[in-house]
Amino acid sequence: MKTIDKSNLDKIIGILKKDGYTVIGPIVKDGAIVYDEIESINDLPAGWGDEQEAGSYRLVKRNDESLFGYVVGPQSWKKFLFPQRMKLWEAGRDGRGFTIKHSDEPVPKYAFLGVRSCELKAIFIQDKVFNNDLYTDSYYNNVRNNIFIISVNCTQAASTCFCVSMKSGPKAKDGFDISLTEVIGKDGHYFVLDESTEKGKELTAKLDAEIATDEQVKAADTRVASAELGMKRSMNTAGIKELLYHNHDHPNWAEIATRCLSCANCTLVCPTCFCHTMEDTTDLTGDHTERWRRWDSCFSLDYSKVAGGNFRTSPKARYRQWMTHKLASWIDQFGTSGCVGCGRCISWCPVGIDITKEVEKIRNSPKTKS
Amino acid sequence: MDNNKSGLMKLDPMTPEAVKVKKIFWETEDVFTIELVYDSDEKREFRFKPGQFNMLYAFGVGESAISISSDSSKKNSLLHTIHKVGYVTNVLSKLKKGDIIGLRGPFGSSWPLEEAKGKDICIIVGGIGLAPLRPSIYHILKHRKQYGKFVLLYGARTPRDILYPVELESWRKKYDIQIEVTVDRADSTWRGHVGVVTTLLNYVELNPEKTRAMVCGPEIMMKYAVDELIKNGVAEKEIYVSLERNMKCALGFCGHCQYGPSFVCKDGPVFSFSNVTDIFEIKEL
Repeated sequence: MKTIDKSNLDKIIGILKKDGYTVIGPIVKDGAIVYDEIESINDLPAGWGDEQEAGSYRLVKRNDESLFGYVVGPQSWKKFLFPQRMKLWEAGRDGRGFTIKHSDEPVPKYAFLGVRSCELKAIFIQDKVFNNDLYTDSYYNNVRNNIFIISVNCTQAASTCFCVSMKSGPKAKDGFDISLTEVIGKDGHYFVLDESTEKGKELTAKLDAEIATDEQVKAADTRVASAELGMKRSMNTAGIKELLYHNHDHPNWAEIATRCLSCANCTLVCPTCFCHTMEDTTDLTGDHTERWRRWDSCFSLDYSKVAGGNFRTSPKARYRQWMTHKLASWIDQFGTSGCVGCGRCISWCPVGIDITKEVEKIRNSPKTKS
Repeated sequence: MDNNKSGLMKLDPMTPEAVKVKKIFWETEDVFTIELVYDSDEKREFRFKPGQFNMLYAFGVGESAISISSDSSKKNSLLHTIHKVGYVTNVLSKLKKGDIIGLRGPFGSSWPLEEAKGKDICIIVGGIGLAPLRPSIYHILKHRKQYGKFVLLYGARTPRDILYPVELESWRKKYDIQIEVTVDRADSTWRGHVGVVTTLLNYVELNPEKTRAMVCGPEIMMKYAVDELIKNGVAEKEIYVSLERNMKCALGFCGHCQYGPSFVCKDGPVFSFSNVTDIFEIKEL
């Protein structure tokens, strides 16, 4: 373990930029912490924290200058690996046929700064989604294979967090190139640094890093432990697949539907939701067309529409699909839960539906024995 | 990067390949068939298994998942029988010979024909559901001796909606196959059965222990067909159904076609009923 100070964190950004990476990190925008390109540590949300509750997210000023003193905002890293809108190809009319042209834009080379443990787990989950038994999504995998990941361990939990019960945090155990734990204490403002890959070690070697003292390591561990201890929510995942599979006709689905607006917010903020649709657009001449891939949601009515009808018209069925997929069928599909316990779907639900509570309601009054 | 582990397709699986309309003709008032060949090389062969589907792309309009309805042993003739019912299929219906469209595929699972050798075959179809099973029928008729009794039960809306009537008649004459056709609404010319397709099981002597059933049609029709087959003693694992869901990518990425834990595009569309028993009757799954 090593430690670095703020100026060396800035140096990391500089080195990565010099190595051709587009460095993405947290910034304050529109009253929230979002992920975007950063030039230096001056872009980071120094002194900002967040307060979250079901249906509520507010930035608050902290009484220190911590750079990672917030938890997670509405965005996740999926917007870079799996862009919200992406042109797959364009085509022009060519006689009685057409000619397809692919984009020749280079694959972006991203460095992600500030990836939380739950978000890292979400990336692992999407790795499985976009690389199935038959096909590989080329864009996702090309970006993914080039990525540099600097994770930041959480030193506090939002009230909406439940990563401990999903075994995805608050400390990143692997999958990063470098991990940081921010400490502000009597001995100053520093980051305890751990390297996991050769890439990470190469970069650290270029820094003025010091060997972390036992006290510094302990200070970092204590802060991570306090995030764990401060976590108010949890999800009981015991037998959850069977629980949901056997309760498709539970009365709670209809009850949720009286509150759920089918707005799709939960699926957009979810770092693992991967559903998307294809859109063909044509210009006014009708001779040029483009195929775009964009995020879609199982909450939208069109999602399960076929020419002869619609398989999921009721909001009840759509919510059931989302939650059952996330927590149950995901396990059959990808060998892992689709939930990392980041709590975004709770904070960003306009009516404050809490997935952990809805599971408990079903668990506490199962319609059918699992 | 090799993004196509299926080995089924030549190109990037999201890029349609140009195919030329060799022939297009109406089967009924709202069902038509198009024959396609590769635009680049008419001699190039399509390889597919009975029950698989393609994504057909109309320039500037979009794609539709359409099952293949030709003989899988005739690799230069690729037929799709299409119900004109939505935006894309409407545009496809207006194509002329020589027009070019896009094709991605083939995708999905196939009817279990190899493993069905030696068994009696009972095919139950409703409406356009006959099209995805026509390749199976060709296969069984071609290898007729490898199978036991062969029964085709087919329900159409009206006599005018019956698909492939000439072919049905020639199969009847030429081969050892029992074909029963029923319609929901008869007209004055109709001398055959009237009623839902499941009633046709009354005219068939099944040997349930050695019967394999393949069922395709509207979900409600499949539900009753499966119920009747089970009542007749056919084992769940011997019954296969082909499901329809919204499909956008056909690669198992876009999520739309999820059916419980399955992606219909890649785990289906053909499923053993024993794999979907628990979820088959769940409404709006």
